Amino acid sequence: MLHIVNKSATERNSLESALRMVTKGSAVLLIEDAVYAATQGSVAAAKIQSAMADVQIYALGPDLDARGMSSRVLDGVKVVDYSGFVDLVTEHNSCQSWL
Amino acid sequence: MSDMMDDMEEGGEGVVKKFMFVNRKAPHGTIYALEGLEVVLISAAFDQDVSMVFVDDGVYELIKGVNTKGIEVKDFSKTYRALEGYDIEKLYVEKASMDARGLTQDDLIVDVTVLDSAEMANLMAEQDVVISY
Amino acid sequence: MPMVEVAGKSFEVDEEGYLTNLNDWNQDIAVYLAQEEKVEMTENHWDVVNFLREYYDEYQIAPAVRVLTKAVAKKLGPEKGNNKYLYELFPYGPAKQACKIAGLPKPTGCI
Repeated sequence: MLHIVNKSATERNSLESALRMVTKGSAVLLIEDAVYAATQGSVAAAKIQSAMADVQIYALGPDLDARGMSSRVLDGVKVVDYSGFVDLVTEHNSCQSWL
Repeated sequence: MSDMMDDMEEGGEGVVKKFMFVNRKAPHGTIYALEGLEVVLISAAFDQDVSMVFVDDGVYELIKGVNTKGIEVKDFSKTYRALEGYDIEKLYVEKASMDARGLTQDDLIVDVTVLDSAEMANLMAEQDVVISY
Repeated sequence: MPMVEVAGKSFEVDEEGYLTNLNDWNQDIAVYLAQEEKVEMTENHWDVVNFLREYYDEYQIAPAVRVLTKAVAKKLGPEKGNNKYLYELFPYGPAKQACKIAGLPKPTGCI
């Protein structure tokens, strides 16, 4: 399962809910305002770091760039472009968007 | 902006109120940040005492080093630097909001005054009009 | 959206004749847009139009008239940075007409 989160973790609880539902081997892709959670110094960074023990976290590069956050991405988070996004969708049996 | 706004400005009476625009949203995920900025630019034509405040995710609006080419939207972070030309020079950010996001003043595209939460509360309390996005 | 052809190339404008895509702009198009506004481009007109292009590039907005006036005064001198001078160049409003000729979107707050 690929979990896609697009809301800021400092404004909504969708990242928290998604991370509660992830199982080993699933992946989480952060897009739009959700990418802030994967940046150094954010209060949400700890949630991402502890989740990384079980799942791979991805963040969409163009969304990081547009928010001036590319240089602050947490170690261990994989940055993907739009074609990487497509690859992730095809690699997983199913997707859930936590809108 | 409009020629019409300038006409209104010239014809207006000189009542100056304290207006505060509170920005609480990240820049691109919703339209609030951009629309809020446009409202401030329009309000500048009315010669009021305008403050702009950035709290919570709103502080992300002021981050420098933005590149929006990949998501194909306008980089309106540059527009905050035009505010000075519109005589809007009172920009405030809340320290707690910056801290929660690992940000310092050096990360921001414009000069701001950093206030602690109590100072921000006092500033808010002394306004005539508060408009929040 | 209406299409217009200038110097063998076609480009898109909105219902009010503003250029849809900022990057389509060139001098030929500026001259065409000026003709539509019944403005004959002189060096003084170009100064303002080019100034607006630079302002937009730097701030991503078309400035309000008074902001334009102030900024032109700073850049090109007080004899050009005043309402009278700018309205002589662009009788239907420097913000509206000069922005249109410069290929910028309709200024924010313009009704």
